[in-house]
Amino acid sequence: MPANGQRALAAQAVLADVPRVPGAPKPDPILVASSIVRRFGGLSAVDVTHVEIQRGSITALIGPNGAGKTTFFNLLTGFDVPDEGTWSFNGRSMGKLSPYRVARLGMVRTFQLTKALNRLRVIDNMLLGAKGQRGEHLWASLLPFLWRGQEARNTERADVLLKRFSLDAKRADFAGSLSGGQRKLLEMARALMSEPELIMLDEPMAGVNPALTQSLLQHIKMIREEGSTVLFVEHDMDMVHDISDWVIVMAQGQIIAEGPPGDVMKNPEVIDAYLGAHHEKALTESGQSLTTGDTT
Amino acid sequence: MDFSFVLGQSITQALGVTAIIYCLAAMGLNLQFGYTGLLNFGQVAFAAIGAYSVGVVVISFGASLWAAIPIGLLASVALALVLGIPTLRLRADYLAIVTIATSEIIRLMVRSIALRETFGGANGINGKMGQAFHDLNPFHADIDIPFLTWTRQDLWVVTVGWSLIAIFTLAIWLLVRSPWGRVVKGIREDENAVVSLGKNAYVYKMQALILGGLLGTVGGIVWAVAKQSVQPDNFVPDVTFFSYTILLLGGAARVFGPIVGAIIFWFLLVFVGEFLNQMISAGWITFLLPTDVGPIRFILVGLGLMGLMIFRPQGIFGDKRELALDAR
Repeated sequence: MPANGQRALAAQAVLADVPRVPGAPKPDPILVASSIVRRFGGLSAVDVTHVEIQRGSITALIGPNGAGKTTFFNLLTGFDVPDEGTWSFNGRSMGKLSPYRVARLGMVRTFQLTKALNRLRVIDNMLLGAKGQRGEHLWASLLPFLWRGQEARNTERADVLLKRFSLDAKRADFAGSLSGGQRKLLEMARALMSEPELIMLDEPMAGVNPALTQSLLQHIKMIREEGSTVLFVEHDMDMVHDISDWVIVMAQGQIIAEGPPGDVMKNPEVIDAYLGAHHEKALTESGQSLTTGDTT
Repeated sequence: MDFSFVLGQSITQALGVTAIIYCLAAMGLNLQFGYTGLLNFGQVAFAAIGAYSVGVVVISFGASLWAAIPIGLLASVALALVLGIPTLRLRADYLAIVTIATSEIIRLMVRSIALRETFGGANGINGKMGQAFHDLNPFHADIDIPFLTWTRQDLWVVTVGWSLIAIFTLAIWLLVRSPWGRVVKGIREDENAVVSLGKNAYVYKMQALILGGLLGTVGGIVWAVAKQSVQPDNFVPDVTFFSYTILLLGGAARVFGPIVGAIIFWFLLVFVGEFLNQMISAGWITFLLPTDVGPIRFILVGLGLMGLMIFRPQGIFGDKRELALDAR
């Protein structure tokens, strides 16, 4: 596979010596979070003691539905505020930071329900991702000569990305006219326009057909090859196996396991979380047992 | 029946002072609702602030009109901040509720007996509050060409009014095709997506609210200067809804939408009214009294607008493909 380049091998080599326990310290973490708690009434949706994300790797955050993955994402990116906890990105404390500031620091997310800006053209969706635009200031926007040059450079970069994501033919179409899969691609490409250090993808493969899933996986690998870190949420373990260097498993708001994908999938606690703790016990009166090796 | 009189009245009104005022209010709504997606249901409050600033400063306090205008604009910014600070962090509906309530609070406040000394109560403020402006009038005679009849004063107001609209339209055109415009359109589509790309949506929404409110306030200033009288019951919520009608008629999120919308709206309203009046006085219609014409013209124009929304929901300038995207 062309995308399994040097960075993939480097990330896997670095992570080889990391202990396979929840909250394991990483050699070079880009994101460190400690004692993050988010309660909704009596329910602790997220209760993460400690987690670190290795720089330059693809880390998958998996877990059954309702495990708190998306809530944890929202907390890290400032879209929700935890009841307790501290976390830092590149060593900078991120508590109480507005989501737009989080994004400016280089930690950009996508959404589970794709947020393509429907009545904006595809190219405008892309350009919106570019950072530090002079023409986005109210007064400067009235004086096009102040921002024309920058706009042209951004457009050039956007066109390169659109080509890479095979959206160049749709450049002038409204984003609302794209298919679900194309919207996922657009959202990812748009996030890349801001040149993030850490890109956080919330279920990038949800609702995407198998052919496009393969292409999405390749794009995610490309992001790593370019030196960015990827953290993504997924609940389909097969997808995760193919691309991630490291897997973090959440269940009922807590991190229950960590490790390379092969190890994690054999972990009995993970299997229990996905299938229920009693999945090997008899369910019927006749004593016929239901055994399962398949975890999906 | 004098058909050319009907037509002349309609054209005069379609390009007249009232159309200018509504056009300015609708331009403000276009920026807020059409481009940014903010539901301001209290645009009339911004117009009232402009009109009453002129009335109060010039008549009640005897100061200059040239002081009243900047005071009105500052008051408008202050109102936008008061409305926006608590609501723009919340869902769009909250701004709608707060603005419509505020517009009624302002109307009832200036109408109150307790503040009659300043705001004139139900009678409003009357007097030559626009004199300083009319003193600059370069026109020496009234205009009375076919289909256009304006007094010297109105001609001056109309000239300045449409010039202002031209300047503001140019400014809005520059704004909405700039990266700033791209951000506010993005906020209209999905605020969280824009935030996730590192834009402070709150600030952009506030800017759009302030700019749109200022346009409404300029409309109110034109009102006071042209009519030399401000009355609280001119500033009922209907003004806001007519402005929305004008915006949707012309096409929301279209730079020329409010201009075309205002002209057509006032043309139709006056045309239908005058036409009915003429038919009644000519004895062609016997089942209506002249006093029925006022409400009936609104019914007829309303029916016409409903037809427009059914057969051309994007307005005159809109793009139907764009509208279809809303049905996700």
